[in-house]
Amino acid sequence: MKRFAYVRPSTLDEALAAGARPGAAYLAGGTNLLDLMKTGARRPDVVVDITRLPDLSAVTVLEDGDVRVGALVRNATLAADPAFARAYPAIAEALLSGASGQLRNMATLGGNLLQETRCAYFADPASACNRRRPGTGCDARGGENRLHAVLGWSEACIATHPSDLCVPLAAHDAVVEIVGPAGAREVPFGEFHRLPGDEPQVTTALEPGEIVAAVRLPGHGKAFAPHARYLKVRERTSYAFAVVSAAAMLRLDRGRIAEARIALGGVAARPWRAAAAEAALVGEVADDAAFHRAGELALAEARPSGENAFKIELGRRAVARVLRLAAAGTPDFAPALPASPFASTTGVALHG
Amino acid sequence: MAETLPIRETAQGSAHARHGSNIGQPVTRRDGELKVTGAARYAADHRPPGLAYAAMAVSTVARGRVAGLDVAAAKAHPGVIEVMTPANRPALAQDPDAKHHPFMFRMDLLQNDRVRYANQPIAVVIAETLEAATEGAALLAPRYEAEAPAATLADGEVFVPRAVGVGSPADLAVGDVEAGIAGAVHRVMATYDTPAQYHNAMEPHAIVAEWTGDGLSIDTPSQGLAMARGRIAGLFGLKPEAVAIRSPFLGGGFGSKGMLSGPQVLGILAARLVGRPVKLVLSRAQMYGPVGHRAPTRQTLRLGADGEGRLTAVHHHTRTASSRFDDFFEAASDVSHTVYASPAIRTSYDAVRLDTGTPLFMRAPGEAPGSIALESAIDEMAAACGMDPLAYRLLNYAETEPMSGKPFSSKALRACYEEGARRFGWEGRPLAPRTMRDEQGLLVGWGVGTATFPALMFEAQARAVIRRDGRGIVETGAHDMGQGAWTAFAQIAADSLGLDIDAVDFRAGHSDLPDAGIAGGSAHTATAGMAIHHAGAAVIARLAELAMGDERSPLFGAGNAGVVARGGRLLRRDDETRGETFSAILDRAGLAEVEGKGSSSDGGPAAGDYAKHAHGAVFAEVKVDPDLGQVRATRLVGAFAAGRIVNPHLVRSQYLGGMIWGVSFALHEKAVVDPRTGRVLNADLGEYHVPVNADVPSLEAILVAEEDPHVNALGIKGVGEIGVTGSAGAVANAVWHATGVRVRQFPIPIEALIV
Repeated sequence: MKRFAYVRPSTLDEALAAGARPGAAYLAGGTNLLDLMKTGARRPDVVVDITRLPDLSAVTVLEDGDVRVGALVRNATLAADPAFARAYPAIAEALLSGASGQLRNMATLGGNLLQETRCAYFADPASACNRRRPGTGCDARGGENRLHAVLGWSEACIATHPSDLCVPLAAHDAVVEIVGPAGAREVPFGEFHRLPGDEPQVTTALEPGEIVAAVRLPGHGKAFAPHARYLKVRERTSYAFAVVSAAAMLRLDRGRIAEARIALGGVAARPWRAAAAEAALVGEVADDAAFHRAGELALAEARPSGENAFKIELGRRAVARVLRLAAAGTPDFAPALPASPFASTTGVALHG
Repeated sequence: MAETLPIRETAQGSAHARHGSNIGQPVTRRDGELKVTGAARYAADHRPPGLAYAAMAVSTVARGRVAGLDVAAAKAHPGVIEVMTPANRPALAQDPDAKHHPFMFRMDLLQNDRVRYANQPIAVVIAETLEAATEGAALLAPRYEAEAPAATLADGEVFVPRAVGVGSPADLAVGDVEAGIAGAVHRVMATYDTPAQYHNAMEPHAIVAEWTGDGLSIDTPSQGLAMARGRIAGLFGLKPEAVAIRSPFLGGGFGSKGMLSGPQVLGILAARLVGRPVKLVLSRAQMYGPVGHRAPTRQTLRLGADGEGRLTAVHHHTRTASSRFDDFFEAASDVSHTVYASPAIRTSYDAVRLDTGTPLFMRAPGEAPGSIALESAIDEMAAACGMDPLAYRLLNYAETEPMSGKPFSSKALRACYEEGARRFGWEGRPLAPRTMRDEQGLLVGWGVGTATFPALMFEAQARAVIRRDGRGIVETGAHDMGQGAWTAFAQIAADSLGLDIDAVDFRAGHSDLPDAGIAGGSAHTATAGMAIHHAGAAVIARLAELAMGDERSPLFGAGNAGVVARGGRLLRRDDETRGETFSAILDRAGLAEVEGKGSSSDGGPAAGDYAKHAHGAVFAEVKVDPDLGQVRATRLVGAFAAGRIVNPHLVRSQYLGGMIWGVSFALHEKAVVDPRTGRVLNADLGEYHVPVNADVPSLEAILVAEEDPHVNALGIKGVGEIGVTGSAGAVANAVWHATGVRVRQFPIPIEALIV
């Protein structure tokens, strides 16, 4: 393994100073960075372990009702927070559907936002990848691209963002709190992840040396709690990235939809918010016909980037399904197989 | 030094001694405590003094030559001791490309700058730490002259191999298949694709090698110690006795550790180069090339049946691939020799050569891909005939082996079908597909598959001793891959000596011990077990001779009546009140111990007269999301008959593991190969999918009683591989029954079910 300096700052200032060193990379849970260091896709000179920084590990309800989740909160911790899961059940369900129990124990919120694509060519230094090395080309085009993007891709890059957690965060209009050498700032979640365009190497709004400090969830989002679900289609029942996933949140008023939120995962380089589909649902009766139309609208601009046209139809169906699940109501308990089509949430009592 | 497990005596032993037998008891695995406490030392756990660490640099192209390596950069890295390349690799006594017999496989040992597959070793960096060796390998930054590789079955020139599998004919027929199909009322012709699959034993190949004077001391996992020793001796020009290999535990083998692999030899070469003990452990990704894999297949089944559904012809054709530089052809068609009765059967093969590592043995080689295709095709024919798939299989039940015409040595398959179907609840299954739903609206389907695997025997030797203190010692260089050999062989050894299991020191896992053959072909228990059985019998015969010829013995003159050994005593067979202890016999004879040797080989005088196979029936339930296409194998019941069961506890685990492998075959497992580069893109356990627990929520294995008087004196067939067969097809057939969609590509992709 490449020799690198390892520093473990105990204050934010120290961390930012270390992060400003050439070739620095921030380390939190390490569930993605370390893998990429092993393949050689990432070769940092300085690894700045920020897990001992204070004040980044709390879940706080702010005065205005917003909920602030520190960037170092572990996925498992957040999912197991009962008050949080009651307020934002689709986020909890997405968290529990991700990775494996061991990985969720290590992985952090900030790291989840910043994880790299799972495109095999990205992780492999011997492959051409504009995202990893600008200008080298894209081996995924014309290569193995069954699970690649169908929305928002460019000729330069067809990678997807693999996160589950980020999908409901996008639907919630979360805000990303950032700290850096130039001070603190905020970025709306929808602007945090970048579509590839001509510069696929620029994957987020973070400037060099900046750290994600927290994600803030609008308190208004709690109004969706009775009708908020996440659905993940995958090739095995656990420990697999989504082929396609979708989050849906509804506010219902006497059988009609007062407000809808829809986002998809695994279809683009960022969690994909389906604004047109949301708008079209408002005022509609919450029935399958409306949900199918929403699915059509959500994928209206989709086009295959390779051997992945099936993901477009799958995306439509996933949106329709998750809307139906959301309309049926959030279950009282997290399903035994969170976000799975096999979750057994209807017709049988959950957990006795 | 022989390996003996440091096992505490257990109460279990005395309990079943009361039943007069160790064989057949569900003894908990004797190495379990060592493993769960971390006390079991695997090859890579060894750290002899002065140890250096080696890391392989492997090729990122599949075909071409290495045009340059930055050896200076690697050597300049702190901690790097040496870089081994074709320029300085120590000499070998034998060309690694020599092939003196079909099962001597060519290795890549830095003999030249050629690259013949991706992940081929092209250099080895030896350093003071693993980290330094790994970075040294990265710093080599190889340059290649790359050539376009052949990567898929669609690439390259098709030819007919001279033989397939372990020397089977590439074309074999009985009856007139074309006439059978021409005259058939129902016909099925279908093509099934199975992917390349790669070995992912939890323990990657690893070696700690140390040269000691003129000899070699090695820790490395092996499923074939004697063969490995012979291979190393040949390569290095040593006498086999100069090579000592310790392999007490394997973290799984599945065929990948049957033949010594190139990287293990590179570890030995590295130790020679630096004059220090060297450890070399493959990374997970490095498993995808030089240690064998299962080749892809494209199988075409042509079946004919008469108006009542009876098969009139079966033609099972397989296209597969070997490497460009060696021969191993996945014998997928051969399963059709055995399973279903038909007056005309033909099995045939052709192949292409790919720029991959040479494919080799992988759990149920041949049978696993062959079974999923055959079971799918039979299911298609059952549907064409409008018959229940189980009834259809019973209608075409083979009373004798269809291809050879030989009687089966034993075949309790009907009982497997019956017991499995009853336990599963098969009765009442609707004939039409896509007719069952669960309470959530998920599609539900039920499928069945027939399991079969040959009951093989190889050659092995064992040595047994009874000491004056009454204890026994049994030695054979057997291999515990995790299947429980330490336990099952100790049970056989104890019975062979008429001792309690805790009164026997069973030694295995070392190349200095008698050759136990190979732990492969599901034949290890039968093969090494029979050698143990004969060695024990030889000792008892020697003791009996001493006692019966001594007028001071209560057994004096037992003569024709004979004696039996039980509980550390010899007893007159016709009067068990008369007998004495082993100790008493040895005391009187003034002997410290008596020794016996035993061997086993393939069968007895009547061996060739019978078709010898284990059988089973697997029933699977799947659920499929009707909109989203995601599949889950919600329930599997397998019923298997494999002769005498030495340890039902261990055997059940083998069946369950095989059934999970079958689920994996049908739904999950696949090497994703870039057709342009021939590289595997998912060479890690995150992306090379095998089932997780949530994918196999309900598994049940039923052990169906079967006595086989012909396979060997103990009546043992193999259990290690049969669970894969039948299971994969049962799952695939259940997917059809759930959805009405017949998917002929495995693993079944989600897009095939989005209809």
